[in-house]
Amino acid sequence: MYSYSEFDSAFLAERNAQFRAQVERRISGALTEDEFKPLRLMNGLYLQLHAYMLRVAIPYGTLNSAKMRKLAEIGDRWDKGYGHFTTRQNIQYNWPALKDVPDMLDALAEVGMHAIQTSGNTIRNVTADHFAGAAADEIADPRPVAELLRQWSTDHPEFQFMPRKFKIAITGSPNDRAVTKAHDIGLRMVERDGARGFEVIVGGGLGRTPMIGKVINDFLPEADLLPYLEAIVSVWNQIGRRDNKYKARIKITVHEHGIDEIRRLVEDRFVQTRATFSGVDQQMLREIEGHFAPPTFKTASEATFKDAYHSDPLFRSWADTNLTAHKADGYKIVSISLKKHGETPGDATGDQMRLMADLAEQYGHDELRISHEQNVILPHVHVSDLPALHAALKNAELATANIGLISDIIACPGMDYCALATARSIPIAQDIATRFDDLKREHDIGQLKIKISGCINACGHHHVGHIGILGLDRAGVENYQITLGGDHTETAAVGDRVGPGFSADDIVPAVERIVDTYLDLRTSQDEAFLDTYKRTGMAPFKTALYPETKVAAE
Amino acid sequence: MPKIFTPKVVTANHLLAGDVIYQTATGWTRKLAEAEVLQDEADADLRLIEASQQVDTVVGAYLADVALSDGVPIPAHFRETFRATGPSNYAHGKQVELS
Repeated sequence: MYSYSEFDSAFLAERNAQFRAQVERRISGALTEDEFKPLRLMNGLYLQLHAYMLRVAIPYGTLNSAKMRKLAEIGDRWDKGYGHFTTRQNIQYNWPALKDVPDMLDALAEVGMHAIQTSGNTIRNVTADHFAGAAADEIADPRPVAELLRQWSTDHPEFQFMPRKFKIAITGSPNDRAVTKAHDIGLRMVERDGARGFEVIVGGGLGRTPMIGKVINDFLPEADLLPYLEAIVSVWNQIGRRDNKYKARIKITVHEHGIDEIRRLVEDRFVQTRATFSGVDQQMLREIEGHFAPPTFKTASEATFKDAYHSDPLFRSWADTNLTAHKADGYKIVSISLKKHGETPGDATGDQMRLMADLAEQYGHDELRISHEQNVILPHVHVSDLPALHAALKNAELATANIGLISDIIACPGMDYCALATARSIPIAQDIATRFDDLKREHDIGQLKIKISGCINACGHHHVGHIGILGLDRAGVENYQITLGGDHTETAAVGDRVGPGFSADDIVPAVERIVDTYLDLRTSQDEAFLDTYKRTGMAPFKTALYPETKVAAE
Repeated sequence: MPKIFTPKVVTANHLLAGDVIYQTATGWTRKLAEAEVLQDEADADLRLIEASQQVDTVVGAYLADVALSDGVPIPAHFRETFRATGPSNYAHGKQVELS
């Protein structure tokens, strides 16, 4: 875990003092809203439907127990006793009062956290594989590079007023859990001839014009990373469209100019940027790597795990769905579901956050991660500790055994909170989860990712959901469009729209018809929903969703 | 024939608390039912200008369509329903605090 240097702390203290004075001037009336808005957005403060919302960055999704406890304290003290973890590995507080926000930022600074560049046309929080540093399939931990990127991009003078926001995701594993192909820049660690480098993907994004990112460089040596990224961002900063905010993201620039032309421009620019990097960045990276040394893994008997697995069906069910292979012998990665059936995806109460912090300290080498799928990860837990961990989670309603299943739904805040939303998304997620829990079918259905957005900006990643749901306002009524076959992994794909949307009352039965169709069509329980969809195409699902259309056509 | 004017209220977010407020004849309220209903377009435009000038009290004032139920304003669009009552995922926020 990276610890702030004196420079980091001093920078943050100065920024927080600046913002405190800006808030005071806004409250006194010395600043108008038009003057204040860009200042508050630079510090992560939005004004939403019912209240201000403070978006706090959790860099590359990594927390320790002290940070998690501070997030809990902030929720209890200045919010309504909870926080909302988002698809950007951030936490959002939905109810702060304006006058309290400077105190909240100071509290965050106590544990080396901030809300800088969680909004505005800047480089946003760098996101990473939530299993980073633990996954068995990983080449190397990508977080030191992610931290280097955080330091490089924070307050970068050239990149504070860009055409639009800019998002970077990084993974150190060939199995992409960071949705790298749906980011402005995606970085996938690769090895060639024993040397480490990155496949650099550019121009991905969701939103109103979904695009899968394109490879601009299939092997960039690690030492060239910062100058190369600086070249990409500066090329886009210059030629990206500022005339139309809907065409400003780099995905449109790449689409309009073509990846070959963008590559040429970046290579030209890279010659200049490369010369300005003296190698200090690599010295800093080596130093940062020291902060991310793996924990000292223990050895212990696995008997307690095996006993519990055989004797406790609830534990077995949880172990089967919520554990992932770890690189160290005897260890597992634990995913704590924030998707209890019927609850709001991604919400955790202050008490739950504190418990997870305690458990991380007791059983997890003091490490936690936030996933873009809105769950909490304990990356390093020895199997001997799993029964006790599960028991503690169960008492706090945090032991839902549904990771990767149909009720493990990504949902954006939607119109329950968000000022941009055109429809609600959380209640749809609640209804789907409750419905399939009542049916007791989700373990039989298997791996199925439902992702729900409450507007075309696609914070809920609906384009890359196996089943994607997009909430719209159709003539003053909530209406939900379905896409099928989206994929958020290394084989990323944008889902296909099936047909006309469904009302809020009809969307859950529609999802049920899709699932029934899959269960009828699959060759065996081993054929996951996405595989069946790829094999059969959309036709049988369309027939199930719109039977009247079929009758009319015959 | 002149276009029929849909009744409106002036609504905004409170500067300090950030929550939803509605203009009354003499100030602001957190309850839509207490809002001043504007039946005339020119009057509505004027009241919006007056509200927008209160920069040290309110943020983002606008005119929202309402329907009338026994003369009492109720939301005409589902977005305004959520603004008036609070989040629908579970009972918290305005619906709890105002009840």
